[in-house]
Amino acid sequence: MFKLIKQLTSLATVVAVLFAFTTETMAAKKSKTLKNTQKKGFVRCGVSQGLPGFSNADAAGNWTGVDVDVCRAVAAAVLGDANKVKFTPLSAKERFTALTSGEIDILSRNTTWTLSRDADIGLTFVGVNFYDGQGFMVRKNSGYSSVNDFKNGISACTNLGTTTELNMRDFFNSKGISYEPVTFEKADEVVAAYDAGRCDTYTTDKSGLAAQRIKLSAPDDHIVLPETISKEPLGPVVRQGDSVWEDIVRWSLNVMIEAEEYGVNSANADSMKTSDNPAVKRLVGAEGELGAAFGLDNEWSLRIIKQVGNYGESYKRNIADTGILPDRGPNELWTKGGILYVPPAR
Amino acid sequence: MNFKLNKIIPQLATLLAVILVFGFLTYNAQVNMDNRGIEFGFGFLTQESSFDVQFSLIDYDGSHSYARAYLVGLLNTLLVAFIGIILSTILGVIVGIARLSPNYLIERTAAWYVEFFRNIPLLLQIFFWYFAALRALPLPQDTEPMLGVFFLTIKGLFVPRFVWENLDIFFYSIIAAIISIIVIRNYARKLQENEGKQLPVFYISIGLFIILPLITFLVGGVSLNFSIPELEQMSNTSFKYKGGLGIPPELIALTLALGLYTATFIAECVRAGIQGISKGQKEAAASIGLTPNQILKLVIMPQALRIIIPPTTNQYLNLTKNSSLAAAIAYPDLVLIFAGTALMQTGRAIEIVSITMLTYLSISLSISVLMNWYNKKIAIKEK
Repeated sequence: MFKLIKQLTSLATVVAVLFAFTTETMAAKKSKTLKNTQKKGFVRCGVSQGLPGFSNADAAGNWTGVDVDVCRAVAAAVLGDANKVKFTPLSAKERFTALTSGEIDILSRNTTWTLSRDADIGLTFVGVNFYDGQGFMVRKNSGYSSVNDFKNGISACTNLGTTTELNMRDFFNSKGISYEPVTFEKADEVVAAYDAGRCDTYTTDKSGLAAQRIKLSAPDDHIVLPETISKEPLGPVVRQGDSVWEDIVRWSLNVMIEAEEYGVNSANADSMKTSDNPAVKRLVGAEGELGAAFGLDNEWSLRIIKQVGNYGESYKRNIADTGILPDRGPNELWTKGGILYVPPAR
Repeated sequence: MNFKLNKIIPQLATLLAVILVFGFLTYNAQVNMDNRGIEFGFGFLTQESSFDVQFSLIDYDGSHSYARAYLVGLLNTLLVAFIGIILSTILGVIVGIARLSPNYLIERTAAWYVEFFRNIPLLLQIFFWYFAALRALPLPQDTEPMLGVFFLTIKGLFVPRFVWENLDIFFYSIIAAIISIIVIRNYARKLQENEGKQLPVFYISIGLFIILPLITFLVGGVSLNFSIPELEQMSNTSFKYKGGLGIPPELIALTLALGLYTATFIAECVRAGIQGISKGQKEAAASIGLTPNQILKLVIMPQALRIIIPPTTNQYLNLTKNSSLAAAIAYPDLVLIFAGTALMQTGRAIEIVSITMLTYLSISLSISVLMNWYNKKIAIKEK
């Protein structure tokens, strides 16, 4: 009899321990970054020091851009208000350290996804919000109409600490052309030096060229050469080791793209709750329990669409209407000839 | 015994505290890096750097290692520091003496220069010299040569390059000249001490310094040619120079800004040093019949230097450290290449920043040691 009681108690202990363990993992699901963000009441987001269309502050300190919108989407999802974001402008040099040291929680700063960055230095890329490629800008009257016109000794201005520096070397080496790299820490200084005539060409991501061209003293005197010399998938980055936070950022971006695919936008999101399409209903939180997996409520995606808009709206507002890159090129949905294709939110 | 212990215990406690603080910091960094999946190590130094730099004193391109890139940056930093120190010393001494000039115009000009340049932040001055000068300078194709062979353009200063033959023989002749000058100076001093005769050492030295190397040209097979920069068209509007030696505008702007800025402080050190010597010294020297030049050289300067050297050392150190502002204007110094590009490409923030800090520390300490040695050498030797 005693033996049985003893056995029962030990069984109970095992069960209790097991149970305690499972509740512990459930609690651990709620990520540390998410908890901290909700406690602070704002999302800490690292952006560029000023790249029109991607992340740029106006005179009143309001940030706009497609990179900015990713952070706003996360804020809408986890805090319920897309404006609860604290933006930290970072140079290319500072950006990864700021993220790994915990100064910011999302880096959304036209950052190229590469193997070494993803695998090596404690970062995780969550997706692509802009497909870009490196190009060259030259003066219209220079007579360069293609990168094949470049000759030995050409001087090229660019930003320090970017994939641009590496691509440039690969490109000029493959062409067998000697060149003079002039690298600045800040984009504004690159623009000023190129504008003054220090360099024959200015090279960076094509979107960057289009955006910076506006800052030149005579934008119409400059052209971007047609060739693209590299793949530059730009996207938001988070710290390694918090998979829930990683998922939240990834799916905040995915939801924006999928919303565009299904024609859900900030104006019609509420009315879509009664849509006949289950995929649309899931997207606006009228069906399924998608938010629960992140420890969020079910309206998280609806808030993103209502407050920030879908990807198409964000692109139009920030990049197309500002005249930077009216043509979406590869950044069009896969259904319309582009390569934007995200896994289904279900 | 107790007395000794009383003395030792605070020392030990301090040492322990320092060790604990450092231990904690290291441990903390380790734990956090582990948590974030960051590895620590210096293996990356041997990896291929795969980025190019604009300007290098040694053979370098992207196929070399990060360690080599570090060396390129270090040498570029030392180059700026070296040119900057020479420029600021020459200018500083001239301005410092000018501030004591009885001529009102000279004295005021020097004073205005000092007040103007030392009261504007250095970074602004660097930007000014770089961007203002860039905008003012002509494009290569619009440049009028100075003296026929110097081209100052927006892409840099292009000067003739020396093309030597049998350069080593020329070098030996210079060394020989220096040695014979030292010998003659010693002989002249002895001659003066023993017999009171004076040799025109200065003219003899100059003569030796010119004649000996000249002989190598005539009979030693040394020859010197110039490679003069030539304009070459790359496209309708872009031009470059072929041949010659190109000095990038970033280097010019940086050394100019550092030199002009630091010279103001050195000028003040020099002025303070000279004014620190009592008037009586000068009067006494004059009364025994020394000429004004001799007074400055033999009486005033040796004493003034003792006051001038220690604060000037500080200025040299400042200049060297300030050269790290180079990153703002694309001069490829240690900070730009190593703590900039290399850090970005590898992501090894802790390793690279600590190497960079140690490097600046060693440069500064070396300058200090050198200047302290010189200071000791000229200090009063009590007999």
